[in-house]
Amino acid sequence: MKPSMPSKAIPPPADWRDSGPPARGHYSYAFLDEGAKREIRRKMLKAVAIPGCQVPFGSREMPIARGWGTGGLQLTLALIGPDDVLKVIDQGSDDSVNAVNIKKFVSRVTGVAVTTDTRAASLIQTRHRVPEEPLQPHQLLIFQVPIPEPLRLVEPSERETRRMHAEADYSRMWLYLYEDIVKFNEITVGARYPVLVNRRHLMDPSPIPRWDVAKLNQGQALCLFCAGREKRIYAVPPHTEVEPLSFDDFAFRAEGFGGRRCGRCGSTATYLDEVIDDAGGGRSYSCSDTAYCEKIRRRGGARGADGPGEGPA
Amino acid sequence: MGYVAVKGGAAAIENAEKFSLARRAGGASALLKPEQIREQLHLAVDRVMGEGSLYAPDLAALAFKQAAGDTFEAAFILRSYRTTLPRLGYSEPIATSGMRVIRRISAAFKEIPGGQILGPTPDYTLRLLDFELQDESASRTRQRIRQLLQEVQLLDPLPERFPKVVEMLRREGLLVRHRHGSGDGDGLVDITRQALSFPAARSAQLQTLARGETGGLLALAYSNMRGYGSVHPVIGELRVGFLPVSYKNPGSGSVECIGEIQVTEAEVISRIAGAEGPAVFSLGYGLCFGHNETKAIAMAVLDRAMACEEPVAPSEDQEFVLTHVDGIESMGFCNHYKLPHYVTFQSELDRLRNIQIGQRPPEDTPS
Repeated sequence: MKPSMPSKAIPPPADWRDSGPPARGHYSYAFLDEGAKREIRRKMLKAVAIPGCQVPFGSREMPIARGWGTGGLQLTLALIGPDDVLKVIDQGSDDSVNAVNIKKFVSRVTGVAVTTDTRAASLIQTRHRVPEEPLQPHQLLIFQVPIPEPLRLVEPSERETRRMHAEADYSRMWLYLYEDIVKFNEITVGARYPVLVNRRHLMDPSPIPRWDVAKLNQGQALCLFCAGREKRIYAVPPHTEVEPLSFDDFAFRAEGFGGRRCGRCGSTATYLDEVIDDAGGGRSYSCSDTAYCEKIRRRGGARGADGPGEGPA
Repeated sequence: MGYVAVKGGAAAIENAEKFSLARRAGGASALLKPEQIREQLHLAVDRVMGEGSLYAPDLAALAFKQAAGDTFEAAFILRSYRTTLPRLGYSEPIATSGMRVIRRISAAFKEIPGGQILGPTPDYTLRLLDFELQDESASRTRQRIRQLLQEVQLLDPLPERFPKVVEMLRREGLLVRHRHGSGDGDGLVDITRQALSFPAARSAQLQTLARGETGGLLALAYSNMRGYGSVHPVIGELRVGFLPVSYKNPGSGSVECIGEIQVTEAEVISRIAGAEGPAVFSLGYGLCFGHNETKAIAMAVLDRAMACEEPVAPSEDQEFVLTHVDGIESMGFCNHYKLPHYVTFQSELDRLRNIQIGQRPPEDTPS
């Protein structure tokens, strides 16, 4: 199947090695063979039907290394059609080397248009962040997942964690958090904070900061997660409850930035990157979501406590 | 600012790739031809095919060239090419008793029917650096090969099949009967089409090991041999040779030979087993693409180790072994730590700073 290229799609970027026919000539549309795409789509449907449940699938090897987004990439390639508009971010940035590399690859094997604008994208592949701008119902957010099993923290065996999920036996995870509080008066889990989806399955939201966890709850867009190396697909459908594990007397807490604002756009309600400026240890802060930051700057900067509107309390 | 958030990541990637090219091909020597690699570095090619899980000597040689000799990287390139190939069908089962052997030895018996055939091996060669190879004379090397073929008595014609050593033991009732793994019974599992689940069927175990990284298999098998385990292997038979691959034409139904593959096969006899029934020797099985004896033996030891009913050592724990031997996966994950992690690190920093504030003595806390 080779759909014709729509007129609005920008052609894949030229590659310095290309001297003869375009690279796509050697590969089918979206790289994967059709049998693989079909299987991945079926497994995604199953994942959507059981929110937060990890569905095993026959993960294929990709031309990028395991651990570098092969899961997210397989979902993107299995879903992407010629009319899609793709955005890829890594740590919130569109220009991070790995995001650029993935975007370039998908573009080369599909010819789809790419964008950095969250609102303009129909398909967003991400590593470690949820964009600051709220997503719309027609958008898909695809997470790259290194370790899909939230229980891996307390149990190394897959056989055992499968049983624990089947029985909704999450006591050891609760105990882990409780012991943290006893030892440190704080939970030590930074990113990758375990969440309960649809009041049933404990899920690893991928290593997003705790800041982003609230965005998964009762969202508008379908969130798909895939771990290529560990061969698991899972999903959070729109309008689904996603609750971080917390205690009545010890609330879940997102990262705080002590009232600091982005040094570029002035936002105070975005997740900030802390940058060490000099050997003396001087710091500056800027939005991790670079496309959002750029948008606010073009508008003349944030005034007051501006933010994307749905930042955590 | 570092290499991450800077605009122009694409140009940096392109230049990094060009620098790699310059490192590989920027020297004064003649550029390697893939056919030179295929013929003269054949053991590397075999390793790449095995770990890359694709029998394609020409492509493996090309991948080895492209990867500048990194077997992990070359196997990875071959695997990602494999992904693009549709699965048209499965070959007919191959009986390795019909192998056209180039090497065949048994450590269990002094003499075996059909004879011990050493074939090509450096096993008994002193590993002295051969300075003659620095400036190898093509004519002299060819002359030596001609001489070898004249002087040595070749088995001609080669027997149709060599009797399998372990089959002879089996006939005498000294060896376990053919066993099937727990899990999926007789149905063959294909781990490239479905994720491993545990307990894994024996077919899934063997397939995972056959695609495993040689060094990874070796480390785990060695841990068992040294003492973290109890296989105590004796090599019943080790074979290197060629096997015909047959495919049943789905249209006509006729079975046709579509080529042959070179493989290494190891059968290790292990300690007496059998909680039920008569005491017998147990067996471990290893088979991989190409000529790679270390891998085949390590695989056979691990196959036997994982058959333990109550695993104690890591090499006996099927989940531990099977989830850690794939080179493409382990190498990828190891290297992914080079990717930026500053968002998650910020999250950890936030936790640590908060804990430290809580741990400060009260007088330090600003009022």
